[in-house]
Amino acid sequence: MLLIPCPHCGPRNQEEFAYERSVDSLVRLDDAPGVAMAALYARANLRGEDHEIWVHVQGCGQWLRLTRDRVTHAFRDVEAL
Amino acid sequence: MAATGRSGSGIAAQTIGFVFDGRRMQAQTGDTLAAALVANGVGLVARSFKYHRPRGILATGVEEPSALVTVGEGAHAEPNVRASDVFVYDGLVARSQNAWPSLRWDVGAINSLAAPLIPAGFYYKTFFGSPARWMLYESVIRRAAGLGLPPTVADPDAYAHRSAFCDVLVVGAGPAGLQAAAEAAEAGRRVILIEQDAVPGGSLARETVTIDGQPGMAWAQATAARVRAAGGRVLTRTTATGYWDDNFVTAVERRTEPGQPGADIAQVLWKLRCGEVILATGTIERPLVFVDNDLPGVMLAGAVRTLALRHGVAAGQRVVIATSHDDAYRTAFALAGIGAQIVAILDSRTAPQGAIIDAARNRFAVHTDARPLRALRKGMQVSGVEALVAGTRQRFACDCLAMSGGASPVLHLHRQAGGALDYHADRGAFLPGAGRQANRTAGAAAGVHDLSAILPQAVIADPLGAATAPQPGPVWRGEAPGKAFVDFQNDVTTSDLSLAQREGYVSVEHVKRYTTLGMGTDQGKTGAMVALAQIADGRGVALPEAGLTTFRPPYTPVTMGAFAGPMHGDHAGPIRRLPLAAAHDALGALWVPAGLWFRPRVYPHAGESIGTASLREARMVRASAGVVDVSSLAKFEIAGPDALRVVAAVCATPVEKLAVGRGRYTLMLREDGIVMDDGTLWRLADDRWLLTSSSGGAARMGRHLSYVTDILLDHPRAAVVDLGEHWAGLALAGPRSAAILADLTGAAVPAHMGLADAMIAGVAVRILAASYSGERAFEVHVPAHHAAPVFASLIDAVRAAGGGAFGLDAMDHLRVEKGHVVIGAEADGRTTPADLGLGGMLRKAGGFVGWQGLTRPAMADQTGRRQLVGLTAIAGGAINEGAMLVVREGDEPLGHVTTAAPRVAGEGSIALGLLVDGRARYGETLFAWSPTRRSYVRVSVGPPLFYDDEGARYRD
Repeated sequence: MLLIPCPHCGPRNQEEFAYERSVDSLVRLDDAPGVAMAALYARANLRGEDHEIWVHVQGCGQWLRLTRDRVTHAFRDVEAL
Repeated sequence: MAATGRSGSGIAAQTIGFVFDGRRMQAQTGDTLAAALVANGVGLVARSFKYHRPRGILATGVEEPSALVTVGEGAHAEPNVRASDVFVYDGLVARSQNAWPSLRWDVGAINSLAAPLIPAGFYYKTFFGSPARWMLYESVIRRAAGLGLPPTVADPDAYAHRSAFCDVLVVGAGPAGLQAAAEAAEAGRRVILIEQDAVPGGSLARETVTIDGQPGMAWAQATAARVRAAGGRVLTRTTATGYWDDNFVTAVERRTEPGQPGADIAQVLWKLRCGEVILATGTIERPLVFVDNDLPGVMLAGAVRTLALRHGVAAGQRVVIATSHDDAYRTAFALAGIGAQIVAILDSRTAPQGAIIDAARNRFAVHTDARPLRALRKGMQVSGVEALVAGTRQRFACDCLAMSGGASPVLHLHRQAGGALDYHADRGAFLPGAGRQANRTAGAAAGVHDLSAILPQAVIADPLGAATAPQPGPVWRGEAPGKAFVDFQNDVTTSDLSLAQREGYVSVEHVKRYTTLGMGTDQGKTGAMVALAQIADGRGVALPEAGLTTFRPPYTPVTMGAFAGPMHGDHAGPIRRLPLAAAHDALGALWVPAGLWFRPRVYPHAGESIGTASLREARMVRASAGVVDVSSLAKFEIAGPDALRVVAAVCATPVEKLAVGRGRYTLMLREDGIVMDDGTLWRLADDRWLLTSSSGGAARMGRHLSYVTDILLDHPRAAVVDLGEHWAGLALAGPRSAAILADLTGAAVPAHMGLADAMIAGVAVRILAASYSGERAFEVHVPAHHAAPVFASLIDAVRAAGGGAFGLDAMDHLRVEKGHVVIGAEADGRTTPADLGLGGMLRKAGGFVGWQGLTRPAMADQTGRRQLVGLTAIAGGAINEGAMLVVREGDEPLGHVTTAAPRVAGEGSIALGLLVDGRARYGETLFAWSPTRRSYVRVSVGPPLFYDDEGARYRD
């Protein structure tokens, strides 16, 4: 189980969090349909770093952006959203 | 195997009684069941999984593949317990498995004769063959193949979960683990030391070594005491089952033995977050490969030695030792020390050298370049061995064959943690390579066998000299005909591996699945490396090139109860009670779970069935008035200068022009355009909105609103507050409802889809005029802790008007008649607004979540999509929910029934359904066919509206 560095609560167990999505699959309200659907369905899953949106649902309820290594799962950076 | 007396263990033990297959026997405290059975002369313990071959004890640790038994009686019975992994307690009852009518006379053993007919891949071939063949074999195979049976009653044991932190977790209390734990604890670090055995010591249990002047096991006890004295925690009978991300290790602690009724907690699942992990997990000995190497009496040499030195039990009186390295020689000395005769030592090496070899040559008949070809059998027991000695076949009589084909470092946890493996050809073994997490491996698991290297500060006195690294046994190339096993639990032989290879299964992962190699409950702990060597040899490649299968958690089987812990029964999930639960109970409500909530289903009169009661309640609403509790509906208040932006993003319907004091029905979509939820949106003030949505989707909607505000809109000047639990909701519906409400409030009621503040029973309430039943209706919202007097007033008033309370079932009947959809039934995660006939409601300009998804061709074009329709049973019979809609019985379904209901206004059975091109099929006749319920009802297709087409009844 990952230990996620919540910027508000400190390191907490993964089971307190919910994964939302990769930043590259964000769909903005004003995105053109083609752009939106590409973000949802035509995504790369490349070796290397991923920027992910998580929410600390069982904690402070705040949204975070985590930078995670797709191979080792190690977190490099976390940012409050 | 003759019953043998105890000698030499030197441990003060008490005699206790146990039962195996109905036979009363005696054991000594500290015995494993395996040791006790061997001491009682029981050779035959189990029947194998596939061929029902007779099996005995092979090993003395958790790796035991063969000797699986059921321990305990009734609800406490635990199947598939390794005889070597249960410590005998007074009154233990064990039974053999997978044998009928008895272990000795097992009808299933006929499988062994039919073995040529059920080779590796038999199941696959049968599955892909004609179905008739599978039908023929299935019942026979299902009965014959298998492990123990689970108990048929609920597990009475209690299980707990515990979380803990430590600076250093040490797995394994052998010499390396004890040393590491004591050092860390005495350096002031928080230490947890876990050991799957009942006592610390590990490999010291099978050595005659003294450490700092103490016998090995006494030194282990003393060192464990040092860990405790320095503040460390020592958990015995605890197995580390999984190594997860960020140094998170799960471990299962057994507080009672299998089958043992316990007063308190039987097992604890530990969740350990560790600074550093030291894996001192030792090795597992490998078998040698030869024909009939699975006979009872053929055992691992280390296990024979453990029985002798730890339990004082001789596994045989005339023993042949077959080995490929020095370690098994120690078994010869241990057995000789308790009076057993060593018939011969067969060493596969041509010129072994060293002090222990020389010492052995002085006492025993040592044969080099010698290896077993075939175990000889008398009855169900080994009676000798035919061996190849320097090219010549020779026979040796024995009652126990102790074998060793090397040892495999236990690297499961290292591998689970993402660590690399390095292959060492001289040892035929993988050793731990670079780790990915904060862990290291120590002792024999890291390839270090010499005690003086593990305990550099200690004075070691070993009469047999320093231990050396084991070398692998020879590869089996079919030198004798017959079955030579590499996986004892799943009955996989060398010929199965060859067959898989001949049939093109080259990758070890394919071979594994084709032959079931390593797929038993033991995960091939003893034989996997032997099998890999065989596979590599068959392909003519080096072992690492042949590949290695994945080490998956759990390391040893974990009982389901340990995972569940205390979370079962009423604790399986939170139970949510309505604020008015007591008042509904007083009215005789029958409760039904709806998500986490319990809601009133019906309020039956004495002797009334649920169906009769719900129809009576629904007709009461159509005739006069009724009250239903809608408190569990999700309610969100959205307020602030940017509140409109939030509402416009979440709701797919027009919002901007909604007047203050008015509400409307609305839809919330997922990004792919599918309906996520529905509800009503009310404008309380210019910058204040109330959004209601489905009870079951409340948590999802809360998170969605949070996502939209914080992520999509980047923190607008608006607050979203979840009011769901703060407000109770009571829906008052029926032709008399407006008059009742006006009377109660002393004020004019709001127009349809209007809202008003009012007082009922001295409590301030909010009234929302919305109808779900199709009748004139009002939702009365009231702070939850003031709801009781309001509910009482409403109930009194509707009763005076000939109405009463109604439940969820009646509400369902009413809404089906009006064609209103429900999230989860009609909006089933695959339907768009247009599919539900609600496409016209959407905001044309877009800008809401999901608008882009709706533009996809498959969504925008309604041709071929499943559309909401109404269904009416034509010739009687009740339509079944979930029934398929077909032209003729047996046809491919064109759709299905989502909700069925009795007609409230009238008689007969109606339903809502999703039907391909449904709106083009109005007037057609189909069948609602449910083969599982054996129901086949003729239905006519029409619009999803059965009552008051003009909507005259709910308007003002």
